Amino acid sequence: MKFTKTHEWIAKVGDVYRVGISDYAQSHMNDIVYAESEADGSEVKKGERLGTLESVKAAEDFFAPIDIKVIAFNDILADAPETVNKAAETDGWIVEVEVMNEGQLDELMDESQYKEFLSTLE
Amino acid sequence: MEKLIFEMSAKGYENIFLPEENLNIEFNIDKNLLKAETLDLPEVGELDIIRHYTRLSQLNYSIDTNFYPLGSCTMKYNPKINEEISAYSEFKDLHPYMPEHSVQGILKVMYDLQNYLIDISGLSAVTLLPSAGAHGELAGNFIMAKYFKVKGEEQRKIMLIPDSAHGTNPASTVMAGFKPVQITSDENGYIDIEQLKPYLNDELAGIMITQPNTLGIFDPNFHIIAKMIHEAGGLVYMDGANMNAMLGHVKPGDIGADVMHFNLHKTFSTPHGMGGPGSGPVAVRDFLVEFLPIPIVEKRGENYKLNYDIKHTIGNIKEGYGNIGVIIRALVYFLSLGQVGLKETTDIAVLNAAYMKAKLTKKYHIKYKTLTKHEFVLDNKYQEEKGIRTLDIAKRLLDYGYHAPTIYFPLIVHEAIMIEPTESESKKTIDEFIDIMLKIADEAETDPELVKTAPHNLHFKRFDETRAAKQPILRWKK
Repeated sequence: MKFTKTHEWIAKVGDVYRVGISDYAQSHMNDIVYAESEADGSEVKKGERLGTLESVKAAEDFFAPIDIKVIAFNDILADAPETVNKAAETDGWIVEVEVMNEGQLDELMDESQYKEFLSTLE
Repeated sequence: MEKLIFEMSAKGYENIFLPEENLNIEFNIDKNLLKAETLDLPEVGELDIIRHYTRLSQLNYSIDTNFYPLGSCTMKYNPKINEEISAYSEFKDLHPYMPEHSVQGILKVMYDLQNYLIDISGLSAVTLLPSAGAHGELAGNFIMAKYFKVKGEEQRKIMLIPDSAHGTNPASTVMAGFKPVQITSDENGYIDIEQLKPYLNDELAGIMITQPNTLGIFDPNFHIIAKMIHEAGGLVYMDGANMNAMLGHVKPGDIGADVMHFNLHKTFSTPHGMGGPGSGPVAVRDFLVEFLPIPIVEKRGENYKLNYDIKHTIGNIKEGYGNIGVIIRALVYFLSLGQVGLKETTDIAVLNAAYMKAKLTKKYHIKYKTLTKHEFVLDNKYQEEKGIRTLDIAKRLLDYGYHAPTIYFPLIVHEAIMIEPTESESKKTIDEFIDIMLKIADEAETDPELVKTAPHNLHFKRFDETRAAKQPILRWKK
């Protein structure tokens, strides 16, 4: 599992990659009530908007960790967006994606680097 | 708790009786066009209706009932003389299509207000048309877009927006065809100048700066940033929603703003909340005057005229001439206070906020230590270890009879508590509020459950906000 400074993660699960937001990010968002992403088949460049999460307090965009193509949105979130709060880094994944350039994965932080990055915040 | 008027309805409770024969009116309407079912209006007696709405009005919380420290909203007192004068029949009985010579009075009101705002902005012309702050932003962005179009520089699409700006800024700029790019703040809460540099090229449209920003911080580099943007061919928009922190001290035009909007309903004491009406006049620098929306009020000889002949106008942005009632109230406020008085409102608004901040930061954490103006943003960091969130502190304030401050905004402060006391409040009121805030901080320490489960003294306890957002009931049904 790799992380971005904007608190997205990407991980290989079986044959596909999944993207979500980190547990740290969900804890800063309060109760998430709505999730949406770019349509299936959309190509999104690294750092561009991949979708939006809406909590009771605010709507926040999340971004493509690397260049990707959207395969599918996590259907569970349509009825139960709170899954992101409950299990941000497992069942609360947001989109399944095709990775356009695997080399870009090396530019991201691994779990221990991300933890260290979090300790520098606030 | 008060029922809905529909729930109070009972068959036969009408109390206006007309003679039968007056009700037998023939309508010559094709039966196919009539609905089969009748309109389901509530049947409630007149006295019960009066009591219902009187009770509802008594449940209202307003600046006229108590302190209202809602940060970013500037809930200052709305002097009653504003109401009295704007209700004169000479104003309220006017019709927008009356001939110009018969409405010289209201045109003078508009002309004078335009001029006062020009003076305060340090810019060249003002339109009073926009209905609110965000509408002003939109008009300002249309003006900038038209300017680049006429100049043949339509490739300029990048609009830089600091993360300390008002949330409407990116939305307004997108509506005008620009592409917002977020600039993060540095550790002082100032715009990080280094981040602007990669964008200083011929794709830059400009920057939208909220000054002072949503942290209440006046960015001392505004003029330096404006110079950088201008040298790259861009324009500087100043969100003037926080002008109440600058009146008579700084003219936005002098520090490099090319376009700005005012919020009359905030800075100039007209009523707001629950949807307005607001008013968001826009001021522009000389080379942008030919892009203003129509009409603009002008004085020719002794007569006031509506000028629709503006060379590159962005066109009509509102039916009529702006929210006239608000414009009259704002002018009354200007004339009541005068130049010296307006400057004093800023002095006192800033002093009140500074005093309150100094007292409250003894027990509440503040992320940015920078000097602030008319408002400041605390957070729950000291209370967090007891499991207390900002929402809990806000709910506990309700128990003590206060409207909660703005919470969870701005987004750059985690668990933000944004407080703006305004210049209207006495030291006594401010001290009482400080005491209660400090008392809540103590409760958080000694009895956290009390705070976590607040409010305790209201009709309703904690709402299920998640369910309200996911399954809102927006319409009454039988």
